[in-house]
Amino acid sequence: MPGGQVSAAPQLAAALALAAAWIVLGVAGLAALQRFVLVARVLFPAGAAVAIALVVVALPAVWGTPQTAVLPIGLPGLPFHFRLDALSALFLMVIGGAAAGVSLFSAGYFRRAEGTPPGLLCFQYHVFLAAMALVVLADDAYAFMVMWETMALASFFLVTANHRSAEIRRAGYLYLLIAHLGAIAILLCFGVLQANTGDYSFANMRLQNLPPFWASIAFVLALVGFGAKAGLVPLHVWLPEAHPAAPSPVSALMSGVMLKTAVYGFLRVAYDLLPAQIWWWGVLVLAIGLVTALFGVVFAAVQSDMKRLLAWSSVENIGLIFAGIGLALLFAAYGMDAVAALALTAALYHVASHAFFKSLLFIATGAVLHATSERSLGRLGGLMRVMPWVGWATLLGVLASAGLPPLGGFVSEWLLLQSFLFTPHLPNSFLNMLVPAVAALIALVAALAGYVMVKFYGVVFLGQHREEKLAGAHDAGPWERTGMLWLMAGCVALGLLPAQGLDVLAPVTTMLVHASLTTLAGGNWLLVPVSIERASYAPLFFLAGVAASFALAFFLVRRLYHGRVRRAPAWDCGHPWQNARMQDTAEGFGQPVRQIFEPLFRMQRELPTAFDARPRYAVEVGDHFWHWLYLPAARAVEATARFVGRLQQGRIAIYLLYSFATVIALLVWVTR
Amino acid sequence: MSGLALQFINLLAALLLLLAFAMLAQRRILSLIHLYTMQGVVLVAATAAMGYVSHQPHLYVSAGLTLALKVFLIPWLLHRVIDRLNVRWDIETLINIPTTLIVGIVLVIFAFNLAQPISELSASVARGTLGIALACVLLSLMMMITRSKAVPQVIGFLALENGLFFAATAATYGMPMVVELGIALDVLVGILILGVFLFQIRQQFDSLDIRHLEKLKDE
Amino acid sequence: MSALGFAAQLLEILAALALAPLFLGWVNQCRAWLQSRRGPGLLQPYRTLHKLFNKDSVLAERASPLFRAAPYLVFGCMTLACGIVPTLSTELPLSPAADAIALVGLFALARVFVSLAAMDIGTAFGSLGARREMLVGFLAEPALLMVLFTTALISDSTSLTTIVRTLSAREVGIQPSLALAAVALVMVALAENARVPVDNPATHLELTMIHEALVLEYSGRHLALMEWAAALKLFAYACIGIALFVPWGVAGAHAPLALLAALPLLLAKLALGGFLLALLETLSAKMRIFRVPEFLGMAFMLAVIAMLVNLLLGAPGR
Repeated sequence: MPGGQVSAAPQLAAALALAAAWIVLGVAGLAALQRFVLVARVLFPAGAAVAIALVVVALPAVWGTPQTAVLPIGLPGLPFHFRLDALSALFLMVIGGAAAGVSLFSAGYFRRAEGTPPGLLCFQYHVFLAAMALVVLADDAYAFMVMWETMALASFFLVTANHRSAEIRRAGYLYLLIAHLGAIAILLCFGVLQANTGDYSFANMRLQNLPPFWASIAFVLALVGFGAKAGLVPLHVWLPEAHPAAPSPVSALMSGVMLKTAVYGFLRVAYDLLPAQIWWWGVLVLAIGLVTALFGVVFAAVQSDMKRLLAWSSVENIGLIFAGIGLALLFAAYGMDAVAALALTAALYHVASHAFFKSLLFIATGAVLHATSERSLGRLGGLMRVMPWVGWATLLGVLASAGLPPLGGFVSEWLLLQSFLFTPHLPNSFLNMLVPAVAALIALVAALAGYVMVKFYGVVFLGQHREEKLAGAHDAGPWERTGMLWLMAGCVALGLLPAQGLDVLAPVTTMLVHASLTTLAGGNWLLVPVSIERASYAPLFFLAGVAASFALAFFLVRRLYHGRVRRAPAWDCGHPWQNARMQDTAEGFGQPVRQIFEPLFRMQRELPTAFDARPRYAVEVGDHFWHWLYLPAARAVEATARFVGRLQQGRIAIYLLYSFATVIALLVWVTR
Repeated sequence: MSGLALQFINLLAALLLLLAFAMLAQRRILSLIHLYTMQGVVLVAATAAMGYVSHQPHLYVSAGLTLALKVFLIPWLLHRVIDRLNVRWDIETLINIPTTLIVGIVLVIFAFNLAQPISELSASVARGTLGIALACVLLSLMMMITRSKAVPQVIGFLALENGLFFAATAATYGMPMVVELGIALDVLVGILILGVFLFQIRQQFDSLDIRHLEKLKDE
Repeated sequence: MSALGFAAQLLEILAALALAPLFLGWVNQCRAWLQSRRGPGLLQPYRTLHKLFNKDSVLAERASPLFRAAPYLVFGCMTLACGIVPTLSTELPLSPAADAIALVGLFALARVFVSLAAMDIGTAFGSLGARREMLVGFLAEPALLMVLFTTALISDSTSLTTIVRTLSAREVGIQPSLALAAVALVMVALAENARVPVDNPATHLELTMIHEALVLEYSGRHLALMEWAAALKLFAYACIGIALFVPWGVAGAHAPLALLAALPLLLAKLALGGFLLALLETLSAKMRIFRVPEFLGMAFMLAVIAMLVNLLLGAPGR
């Protein structure tokens, strides 16, 4: 690398070096394939250190001017372009922040004798991390696609780490298939964006002033391509299959971080590479985002496997993020930059907070899985008493995920609802009535998220043990606790210090929509997006208010009365005997949602009759999209394949004939 | 003072819309008739208030006519019909009420937007309520579509006429007297014919379910 | 922020803490009168609380620390909620900390903890109550938010003090959008506070109960705090109704005299509101649990229509 470029781009060089360090760690793991202690206790913590360093490096770059570099690797004549600007710096921070916690957790998580050798897992894991970091740094389509595919492949191998199970192989295959459909769409999108100039660098794409028609085509391709990776309806089917199949830290990375690279790519294309926004793009993205959010949360409510539940909840959160992006597109298209910045801030804030709380929840399920080797909600319960560390950590993640104040999830929801309140100012009379009504959907999704999280937490951690063996479950070890603490700190910080968070986001929104929120209006502790008369929120005061009344109530009750406690068997309206099977099951908890949103599900129920000696009730909830979209598509592909298959005769002479005919045809065509 | 009266008219308009929604969600035929009567009362009040605001005495006449026709005569006729047909407590299963209501909300948004350019042409003080009147018309039409029994369909038709009447009052201070009388007569004759029609269906099929009419088509 | 503001804030929280059981007693008394009973008297909730605080708290053997912390937390949430709804003055130091959306979040936080605590013991009733509470919650929350949004669109603000200031500045009259929103709020309040058409506060029949199932395992001071918090929640909802729909008489900034006048006025409004609530409860019958989604769907629709009507007819005073 030429020296002048390094001095001009110190943070970029450092970020690239850190990504390279991840790859080195991975290769080291490959060298020490079976040396479990080295891999787990040295390489993974070192990976966490690299992740933290990445956050430290990326933070100042948010405010800095964009830095670029050209690395002569890859094909001759096609060097990799890299660029570090506010948007990539923000996503680097998200990647580093979440990855640090997950890596620390992984140091204590991966065990001996779990199928794939630890060194190989370490290699795949770190290549996955490095690829994600490089995706957000890439500055030409070539580098972007190489990194994008590396990321997809690394995560595919991680998903199929336990490849002896047929179900997991199937999930991995589905994931790979949809990831590649998406990649094709992205490739085509870049093809449109370079506008026949033959120069695939992003810098060139920014200069092309595409006509609205081609811009729209590029936009829709980007939506399909990145939507497939992000899990937007109807391209979401792989997500609830693949995310639960992976080992828990990998699920955490995929849900918490990898989905965000899709958000990054979409933002990069929609705001940075395309010249201007058109209003119906915003409507389209908003509609898809809202449908995705509702779909995700409703399906999460009826799941009975804890990791699938969390995966569906990721679909919901991605939906909310895209709803925010869509709203921002809508405002930006009408030139309302300040409000667009508000909506975009909400989306980006949710990107960060979702990265932390979803990673936290997924690694917590990993701890539960290790302690109990159970994933099904029907066989868990009461873990709070035997695994208090994991229990409290998950409680925090659950509260953040349910969008409750004063944690991170609430801040983004609050900002999103605030930006919805500006829609009556839109110059399109139809939209300015429809969109505020749609805000109700956001509220419904948020409230349902609370429902889902109460179900998740209540069934796994509260109540009685549904199986005898759960009483012997062990709590998480020190490495795992450290990882959880890191992610918990992230959730709390994002929740309590939103004004500082907005400060970091301001340069990003300035870059994308040429406006930012004036964060200083309310000082350091008050979140004031527009003006203090309009709206304000101060999570610290909020927390102080609740905590003060909590403490006062506690001390006054002790002082004026007493603090005596007696322990006795549970009352339960006087029922003399109670057992764990009398508790509500996960299916039971999901029943109201199944009933209210019945049209969204494809349900197969098996009901007992009055004369059954051993009555059995079973319900299976399916996804309409399988039957409406995927199975017909698969049948069409199969039919085509059968048709093409007729060419296959199995005789070498015939294949030679094909080659011969092709050569003749080509010769005729060339010499014509 | 006229500001307050205008507010009153707006309130009545909102009530009218609310009643239209209530009719859309109502299962019982008797309650439907009560809702229809209430709509009539609201309409009378709105017309009278409009007359007061705009100093148009003919609106008082039209309010009186509405009172006689839509609050007393037609509900009485309907009561007699359902008594004679013995469908007083009939409960009708509808297609999923929440879905109907959500479609209803979309219709309202549509109507409001449709009415905005029209109401700008109008000189009436209450032109803002034109959108509500249009929404009532659309909701009543939707009610007619979603019902499978004959009596609720007739009520839907009458509610539709209420919406039209309110639209006329809101946009242009009511129609000319002759037209209004003509429509009143039309409605009256219409309901009589429909009454006869209902008895005929009943005799023919022993039920008021209009799905039976599907058998009449030529194969 | 002036000393007066702090005084108003403190007065408001203390008034809420003191008046909430009285309000509950008043509603119960009115119900008794309407049903031709003598009733236990206005002060019965205080006596109950005092009795419960004196008793030992009996905890189930399986209870986790979450179970013991939840009553204090829920109580704290409800106290804060009463503190940020402007009932006496529009100059409240706590008001910038939480706006209308945060208020909804606060109720959600309390609801989640109540439900989690109910699931903690692992009895059939607890988890059933938790499920129903969350069901009512996820249907009522959007409706409540839409009601608040209607007023927020009128006043171009989600700050509760600004909303009240704007709404109390307009002339006395009935705005159609506000009327619809008020009906929606009443429906939401009935559902959220476990009042009659949705839940019966006086029943112990497992087929119907929601609130009672949630607090079934609590006793002694924990139960007292839970019941006090429930009273505070009812009080907070009454105050939201008053603040949004009959805000006249709330003291503005720098008006110590108005602050003094605001308290009796609030009492009068609460007395009337409580009577109407009792009347409504007496006149309506408890509905089946599966009708509740329809009921709340209606509330939600009303709130959405309120917002649309507001957008169509324009904001009042403009």
